[in-house]
Amino acid sequence: MADLETFRSETRAWLEANCPAEMREPVRDESDIYWGGRRATFKNEAQKAWLDAAIAKGYTVPSWPKEYGGAGLSPAEAKVLREEMGRINARPPLSSFGIWMLGPALLHFGTEGQKQRFLNEIARGEIRWCQGYSEPGSGSDLVSLQTFGEDQGDHWTVNGSKIWTSYADQADWIFCLVRTDKADKYQGITFMLFDMASEGVTTKPILLISGSSPFCETFFDNVAVPKSYGEDCPAYVGTVGRGWDVAKYLLGHEREMISGADGGERQAAIGAAMKRHSAKLGDDLDPVLRAELANFDVDALAYAAMGEKFLDEIKVGKAHPAQPNMMKYAGTELNKRRHELMMAVGGSRSLEWDSEQTEGGKPSRSWLRTKANSIEGGTSEVMLNVIAKRILDLPGA
Amino acid sequence: MPLYHNDDQAMLADTARGFIAEEGNIAKQLRHWRDRNCKDGFGHGLWKQMAEMGFTGMLVEEADGGLGMGHVEAGIVLEEIGRNLTPSPFLTSSVLAATALKHGSDDLKGRYLPGLIAGDCVFAVAIDETAKHRPSRIATRAEKSGNGFRLTGAKSFVIHGSSSDMIVVAARTSGADEDADGITLFAVPKDAAGMSHDAVRLVDSSMATHTRFDGVELDGDTVIGEVDGGRAVLDAMLLAGRVGAAAEGVGVARGAMDMTVDYLKQRKQFGKLIGEFQALQHRASHLYSEVEIARAATIKAQQLLDGGSAHADLMASVAKAKVAKTARLAVQEGVQMHGGIGMTDEYDIGLYMKRDRALAEFLGDAHFHANRVAELSGY
Repeated sequence: MADLETFRSETRAWLEANCPAEMREPVRDESDIYWGGRRATFKNEAQKAWLDAAIAKGYTVPSWPKEYGGAGLSPAEAKVLREEMGRINARPPLSSFGIWMLGPALLHFGTEGQKQRFLNEIARGEIRWCQGYSEPGSGSDLVSLQTFGEDQGDHWTVNGSKIWTSYADQADWIFCLVRTDKADKYQGITFMLFDMASEGVTTKPILLISGSSPFCETFFDNVAVPKSYGEDCPAYVGTVGRGWDVAKYLLGHEREMISGADGGERQAAIGAAMKRHSAKLGDDLDPVLRAELANFDVDALAYAAMGEKFLDEIKVGKAHPAQPNMMKYAGTELNKRRHELMMAVGGSRSLEWDSEQTEGGKPSRSWLRTKANSIEGGTSEVMLNVIAKRILDLPGA
Repeated sequence: MPLYHNDDQAMLADTARGFIAEEGNIAKQLRHWRDRNCKDGFGHGLWKQMAEMGFTGMLVEEADGGLGMGHVEAGIVLEEIGRNLTPSPFLTSSVLAATALKHGSDDLKGRYLPGLIAGDCVFAVAIDETAKHRPSRIATRAEKSGNGFRLTGAKSFVIHGSSSDMIVVAARTSGADEDADGITLFAVPKDAAGMSHDAVRLVDSSMATHTRFDGVELDGDTVIGEVDGGRAVLDAMLLAGRVGAAAEGVGVARGAMDMTVDYLKQRKQFGKLIGEFQALQHRASHLYSEVEIARAATIKAQQLLDGGSAHADLMASVAKAKVAKTARLAVQEGVQMHGGIGMTDEYDIGLYMKRDRALAEFLGDAHFHANRVAELSGY
């Protein structure tokens, strides 16, 4: 405990010295988030300085081992860092699917060569990854996917298409589920890694009801994927044909990410802010709306405790392996409710689609965006199925 | 501090689970005493056994003869009490009164704590005056009389009121009914002259009283804490009691849920187990997720309270409200998914529904605490 307190004061001092004031402001829009990658640009000097400092300290991926670009923090130390960053509202220096999804899968299934190369690139924000999972005909029933890689000896020829590929148009590499055996539904999928600049890869953004395009359709037209990127560095994770195991493991991390378990605005109570917002609009909260906000805050603060408990437990292997599904279900349903209430408090003002006062329709666009939360990464209904089967052990589930 | 039980706490949970399931189960305690129309509302024998286990004095300082444990530990025992619907004065005596007595003089502690810890002296608490929990308004008066006070007024929902030995009474020694200040707490013998107890059986078979004070003469040394300064003691009691009630509610919710999920795996209709129907699976999964969240909120509140955090009060109301909503869902889904037999007295699931109703009302229901969360948050 004494060591932990020393670590806390050191961390506090380090953050004080290295996290620029601009990086302690709330994230206002996409440009405030640094995603990394070959084409990334910094919004300002502070963003770059904060990233450089974090990379040098291993704090873009604090829990990863030092040899892979992390700081090798213990679960307790990582929690202290998270708390101290939260205390000063420090933004994450680097956000990426590499950190949240591919990294954990490589740490678990990757070869030493893959870890050395890919984890370090992720930790330094050099390569931006996207995820090729869903297909037009394979949504909730993901394992029915059809994108096919034909074995050509030293490489595969990949044909097919993916959908809902987040930020595919801005990504450098893709981790992609490709069928390599049409005869075996579950054991005929390979988890491949390849460059989005490969010949035959095209992307097409999908315009959503929110008016933005975070997702793409991704097409593979005779894409040649080499089987190896060098010694001890195959182009697939795990073994050929057993990509579904990797996919499921990674989905756990994806669901954990979408659940908002790690804090931030997804967990906060909103009642007090909504009262101030209402007052700013010259209004007062309707008593029934106030009551709904109060009930929401109870649920949100309880969920925040659950998020803390879940992260504490998962770090020491105490969490049920299927618990991320529960977190994803509860967290996304809560977030949808949050935005419904925020829209209600804003009244007609929150209906404005591109006015200056709403920073370009932020309330309504955010509200619409949240509707995807309970669909992406596995629908709420799929989450409930998984809980029934794997946690409650209900028959035939 | 990680938000899960450490090794010592996990060991305590094993012990408490085994002991209470064995000795405090529904057949041995709740049904046994109810079916004999026992007016005490709980079994004194079991309470003495709990004293031997050290449960009764968990929250009492070691210097005062207790175990000096915290609310996480008390919550572990309460969760098992909730799971087994065990009638006992744990919440009133070992949580609420024990917390009040922490603020008492050494003399008061010396007089009552040994009996409380031994399970010989059972404490009830008299706070509510109306049918809803409104501790901000206290009209029962204690006026100066000689060296002591004269108590006049009425309290209701005094759990174990007639089977207790002592009652902690919150009364007004100055100011108007709605004033925050001017409250004093007294340790009053249940049989003091001028007190009358109208005992009523509640829906969950527990016993409570409407207690009247008609000029009850009290010595000055019955005051717990400072005269007129009792609000702080009352708040501390309520905080501990609410966190404890939340823990017991988690046990009620988990007990009802486990029983229901088991039933889904046994009952067959249309040629298959009803647990195979997705309509029921999804409801069970939703319930599971709510129960997990309610339990996390409760453990968080316990840890904050043990750590002396200023956020403990807010989190206590979050936990009490969340648990009340969740346990209500658990018992309603429980009875519904059991179908017809869920309505019978023979099956235990209905007992969970009754217990939840009474427990949720105690020290403020979900509406009271959601409103309190709003007030504490500034809206």
